[in-house]
Amino acid sequence: MQDISINDTKRICEVVKDKYGYDFTNYAMSSFKRRINRVMEIKKISTIDNLLAMIKNNQIAKDEFLHEITVNVTELFRDPSFWRALKQVIPNLFLNQQKIRIWHAGCSSGEEAYSMLIVLEEMGLLDKVEIIASDIDKCILEKAKSGRIQIRKMDINEKNYIRYNNNGDIRKYFQYEKEYAVFDLELLKRVSFREINLVNAVPFTKCDLILCRNVMIYFNQQLQKDVIRLFHESLFMYGYLAIGSKESIIWSDVAGKFLVVNQEEKIYKKYKD
Amino acid sequence: MKEEDLTRQYKAVAIGGSAGSFSVLTNILNQIPADFSLPIIICCHRLKHIRSGFIEALEIKSTKKVTEPDDKESIKKGCVYVAPANYHMCVEVGNTFALSTEEMVNNSRPSIDLTLETCAYVFKDKLIGILLSGANKDGARGMKKIKEYGGLTIVQDPTECTIDTMPKSAMAITEIDYVYPVNKIIKFLNELHNYQNKT
Repeated sequence: MQDISINDTKRICEVVKDKYGYDFTNYAMSSFKRRINRVMEIKKISTIDNLLAMIKNNQIAKDEFLHEITVNVTELFRDPSFWRALKQVIPNLFLNQQKIRIWHAGCSSGEEAYSMLIVLEEMGLLDKVEIIASDIDKCILEKAKSGRIQIRKMDINEKNYIRYNNNGDIRKYFQYEKEYAVFDLELLKRVSFREINLVNAVPFTKCDLILCRNVMIYFNQQLQKDVIRLFHESLFMYGYLAIGSKESIIWSDVAGKFLVVNQEEKIYKKYKD
Repeated sequence: MKEEDLTRQYKAVAIGGSAGSFSVLTNILNQIPADFSLPIIICCHRLKHIRSGFIEALEIKSTKKVTEPDDKESIKKGCVYVAPANYHMCVEVGNTFALSTEEMVNNSRPSIDLTLETCAYVFKDKLIGILLSGANKDGARGMKKIKEYGGLTIVQDPTECTIDTMPKSAMAITEIDYVYPVNKIIKFLNELHNYQNKT
């Protein structure tokens, strides 16, 4: 793995912005550099100059570049204790209305949305919820829509579910094929998948619950602030925001407009406009 | 130890460890001065899906408070940081932590290589890297990077390690300044503390 200088990252960001229309300037550079190295490895490119030339000459498709640059590591019921905490919160969402809207911002290959569908199904609330799941990466959205999870990943998913629920078997929500477990398509059709880039997104609807877990860690503080402001604007009053267990909203200028509902699991509630 | 290796104006100590390193870490944390001024950044292999208990166990005999940093938290003097379960812990220009859920590296998340390499990039020759007992080669590349950037490299003496693969892997690919048993690592950190306070 070669070291990429600050100057190199600037050049890469400029060319990528110019060619693909995506701005990575405010990404966290330590991981962005590793992702660039990854693209170079996969495409067998030896120098930054060659990488830039290939982007300029359309030798790397935009969708492919985005797919490799973004991180798509996820699990069903990742952090089971978070899901237990969220389950306690969900009834509060119905205090003021009959139907609610949930947004998974940065849904990756869909596991978090699938987990939500299972939770809501088991609570008997599925008919009262609209779910939107968004990601910047077109390829990963297609995967999320397909409901397919590689069999080898199911072991951890099954364990997480048991940690969440203390018992039960998550396999009942899947059809097992040769290499894949396919998530219940009847449940899955409840999700509306959308391509959204959080870097330049504007509020598109109002939500009762926004989940954005382990997405903002790839952004620098400035971009995190912008995205948290976007979430604040996109939430109804008394709506909830859930972020990753090691993420924080304290440096955001709207931090004071949220109440901490669960400090350990990073669940917040909007209480000021 | 050469005097010049003690007098340098270090900015951080980074420690990596895996199988057999937990008791070594508790020993180190038990015997460093409570006012040890450099930040200590620890990346230690741990169970991926058990979030709690680890820090508490490390802290029992520690002279200092031990924390898992949040993403983008500033690295402060005198603090001890440990990579959280299931996250890579990197250091970012501007002295903040950057956590990541990227693919495992060397079958590990957190990966010691990622912590050490990013520390090396940010702290350059003002970094001390210490690699302890462990059963895989994670950390070796990180130590190499620390050496390339002019930092000081120390490994736990393999003859003393519960499992010596980790320090040996580092010794195989890069120059290690000092191969020390744990008591000498602790003595070094105490001497370092005295020197850093003198200047």
